[in-house]
Amino acid sequence: MAEFRFCSILYAYKILFLVFSTKARKKIYNAARCYSTIYKLVCELLERKVLFMKVKYLGLEQINGPLVFIKTPKDVSFEEQVQITLKNGETRIGNVLRLDKDITTIQVYKGTDDINIKNVQTEFMGEPLRLKLSPLMLGRVFDGAGNPIDGLGEINARLKRDINSNPINPIARKYPRNYIHTGISAIDGLMTIIRGQKIPIFSGSGLNHNELAERIIRQSNITDGDKFAIVFGLMGAEFETAEFYRKSFEENGVLSKVVMFQNLSNDASVERVLTPKVALTCAEYLAYDLGYQVLTVLTDMTSYAEALREVSTLKGEIPSRKGYPGYLYSDFASIYERAGMIEGREGSITQIPILTMPNDDIAHPIPDLTGYITEGQIVLGRDLYQKGINPPIDILQSLSRLMKDGIGEGFTRKDHAELSNKIFSAYSKVQDARALATVLGEADLSEIDKKYIKFGEKFENKFLNQGTYENRSIDETLDLMKELLKIVE
Amino acid sequence: MWEVRNHTSHFSHQYTKGMNNMQKKYIISIDGPVILAKGEGDFAMHDIVHISSKKILGEVIKLNRDTATIQSYEDTSGLKIGEEVIGLEESLSITLGPGIISNIFDGIGRPLSSLKDIDGDFIKRGSSSISIDLNRKWHFIPTANIGDKVSLNSILGKVKETDLITNKIMCTYKGEAKIIEIAQEGEYTAKDSIAKVLTEEGKTIELNMIQKWPVRKQKPYDTRMSLTKPLITGQRVIDSLFPIAKGGTAMIPGGFGTGKTVTQHQLAKWSDADIIVYIGCGERGNEMTEVLEDFPKLNDPKSGKPLMQRTVLIANTSNMPVAAREASIYTGITIAEYYRDMGYNVAIMADSTSRWAEALREISGRLEEMPAEEGFPSYLPSRLSEFYGRAGEVKNLNGTQGSVTIIGAVSPQGSDFSEPVTQNTKRFVHVFWGLKRDLAYSRHYPAIDWNISYSEYVDGLSDWFEENIDSDFQDNRRKIVEILEKENELQEIAKVVGQDVLSDDKKLTLEVAEAIRVGFLRQNSFSEIDTYVPIEKQYKMMQTVLLINDRALRLIEKSIPLSEIKKTGIFEEYKEIKNTVRNEELEKIDEFDMRVKTKLKKLEEDYKEHI
Repeated sequence: MAEFRFCSILYAYKILFLVFSTKARKKIYNAARCYSTIYKLVCELLERKVLFMKVKYLGLEQINGPLVFIKTPKDVSFEEQVQITLKNGETRIGNVLRLDKDITTIQVYKGTDDINIKNVQTEFMGEPLRLKLSPLMLGRVFDGAGNPIDGLGEINARLKRDINSNPINPIARKYPRNYIHTGISAIDGLMTIIRGQKIPIFSGSGLNHNELAERIIRQSNITDGDKFAIVFGLMGAEFETAEFYRKSFEENGVLSKVVMFQNLSNDASVERVLTPKVALTCAEYLAYDLGYQVLTVLTDMTSYAEALREVSTLKGEIPSRKGYPGYLYSDFASIYERAGMIEGREGSITQIPILTMPNDDIAHPIPDLTGYITEGQIVLGRDLYQKGINPPIDILQSLSRLMKDGIGEGFTRKDHAELSNKIFSAYSKVQDARALATVLGEADLSEIDKKYIKFGEKFENKFLNQGTYENRSIDETLDLMKELLKIVE
Repeated sequence: MWEVRNHTSHFSHQYTKGMNNMQKKYIISIDGPVILAKGEGDFAMHDIVHISSKKILGEVIKLNRDTATIQSYEDTSGLKIGEEVIGLEESLSITLGPGIISNIFDGIGRPLSSLKDIDGDFIKRGSSSISIDLNRKWHFIPTANIGDKVSLNSILGKVKETDLITNKIMCTYKGEAKIIEIAQEGEYTAKDSIAKVLTEEGKTIELNMIQKWPVRKQKPYDTRMSLTKPLITGQRVIDSLFPIAKGGTAMIPGGFGTGKTVTQHQLAKWSDADIIVYIGCGERGNEMTEVLEDFPKLNDPKSGKPLMQRTVLIANTSNMPVAAREASIYTGITIAEYYRDMGYNVAIMADSTSRWAEALREISGRLEEMPAEEGFPSYLPSRLSEFYGRAGEVKNLNGTQGSVTIIGAVSPQGSDFSEPVTQNTKRFVHVFWGLKRDLAYSRHYPAIDWNISYSEYVDGLSDWFEENIDSDFQDNRRKIVEILEKENELQEIAKVVGQDVLSDDKKLTLEVAEAIRVGFLRQNSFSEIDTYVPIEKQYKMMQTVLLINDRALRLIEKSIPLSEIKKTGIFEEYKEIKNTVRNEELEKIDEFDMRVKTKLKKLEEDYKEHI
């Protein structure tokens, strides 16, 4: 960028040299002696696009859903950013999705409504979509593509980054070991979250996953100290959801630490394919450049995958499972793997994506592929929810893969691992006992099975169930586990 | 020119050929990692190409008159129509030589540490790096003499690669030749000449420590042998119930969270192979970091040296380019075959082959090929059989014996074992360790489901077990499997009528089966004592539980109730053996056997008195 600016200055000088007479030139030189004046001039020239005029192409070949097709102009590059100017002067951003020697396919993030096929101008920007980054982003609200929508004006930033970041070299990573205390017994005791982990919440429609996420953010000690930030990506979320989170941040006085990227359910669906990438580019900047402990919440990944499917089918790709594109796994990985820590850098990115399982089916491609990439999962159960247990975490299906290295002596407590294993083992027997009880009737159960039934009840009501503002310490949680286990010992 | 550029002196003929008559085509279409290029240049199938001036690496996967389809090993964004594609006239190869062990590579064999030096913490594209360090000096000791006849893979000398592994320097000339000069013992770099040979045609050829091999091609050997030796892994359910032979093939299918990776890590840590090649194919970045942090700290049970000194890691994590993921499997097996040629027993852990199959599917989809089952290409089974077919124990060309064992993890989509990758892999492997989600939920690890798992090597290996452990090892094994099978049937009945209705001998079977499940099959990988169990201890533990079964059954036949036997506490004590008896204190198990005998005898006598 600096180089570019320098070149522009030279260019401005050149123009001055060529256009004006010696006398006039001297006058201008004197006037523009200080750097800032020249800089302003160059900026103005750039603004009016006098210096770098780009060619605009008139007309399109075809419009299909969010995709437009144009005859391949010269010098277009793959995944380049495109600006489309409509008849009424409105501009929309898109990118090159497929490049062929005859036809270039472009996806338009804000949709193709009102785009004429003839009276429309397409301009290729010569670079991929880049996000302006600045510490001033904290406390701001952006749309799904990274444009400010809170009425506070543009972000003035010199730094711009490609939203598709390069993969972290595995040997540059630091293995996450610091546990995050959330005050929620089920999570702290049985699926401890580690700073730098990616752990999704698998939910169903109508379950209270948003409350759980809000609670994790509110109670977690990741928000201790000054150097923390929350990056929020909302994809296809209802207005109420966005408001719910915003209010909670406001009440807790952390609004100035939050960067919101929101694509609401009535916004263009294609824009959703950008939102997680934009949010994570911001998170990476805050974590790895500025040293913040960043918590990234992405909701709802199902809407994201659906947007991806929409584009894929329109592009005419061969579908894989349930119509989702064959590269869904790689695409998910390019999002989830952006969590973590890097050796020698201070910050971390902890990722909590939220997804709703269609038809509560954990084997559906979206939760299935997610589970293979993320380091565990927190699964919400409809049974528990209907019983009034809150948060309704189905512990048997839930797991934290990084837990084993972040608990025990020096982290939580020495007996943590043993207690949690025993709880899992006991609660899985509860399920067997309950199955047996439905066949034989509870009265005919053996003594031990009756004990397990009792344990199950207590466990769900005393341990899982927790008041909305009840913040349990790790000792409280572990002692409670110990006590519950006495029932079956 | 990727690797060629790095050591021009050795492949100068290729280099000049490339310069004089460059094979060029020009990009006409870009769709994700798939590029079409058209032009006069003459490409061959599976040739490596450089795309545009950024020198992005790609491979030719389809040819159609003057149009070539290319899969790119790196990100393609920013490429333009009309940019040139230059053929390198060689297929994807890896440079083999001392310095491979303890290193970590990406899918196409570039060491990640040197990529970090070049690019920083994030991997950029177009970076080239050769798999071994050409400047490092090695202490070469010649073992062949002047006048010796040599051919491909004949051993010329050796170099100590790590404390555990001696790299044998092999002849790379394919025909018959005679040594006319061999280097003295001393320090040499890998590219220094260490021998000169005179070919039958009368040409003199200089040899160094480096060899290059196309990864998709199997390295040659003399003869294949039948498999008779087990790969001891220290994991009870594997060694005792479903053993794998050295040179065999196994699969570990399991949904997410069932412990595939932990099982693979356990095998990589403790199995008695000489060298482990661990391929992280499309898996998590943090998992590779974990291996990198853990392995240097852990010691090999045999030698006491850090495990890293016998391990090669290949990390192509899920967010790295998809085509390189497809290649990573082949890079791994070529490295394994290189060490097999030196006479080592090499084991490959591929985690996970499903990601590899999905990479095939992804590229096939981009090529708009007609899909077969669930979108996978129709050549999936043949690719799988090719890969697993590269396992085996062989007599090498140089007379040594070596083996390659392949253990592939499979991540079935939707945890459904009937999906194509699981089913097709099952056809080509001989050991099946199926992981079950219910077991994992109840924290029974390793979650290998004894009801669906099998090993086809049991019969072939029985001689080894009988000679080296005990003559009744196979008998014990069979009895244990029988008890577990019986338990399964009884559980079905108990589900309907309730456990209380069962007779005491049936209840005993359930009790013993539980002791086997908890005390024998379940193994804690985080416990210092239990993480690795030598086969002798496994045998003793099997014998003890069978002893309990026999003696208890005898008492029950004399109508002593099971509840009384349970009160002696032998079942509970048995379940604790794995945590209390250290691997070197096997006599404690004998002591426990004695206690079981006396306790049950006393019970029998007490009972007689009562009556």
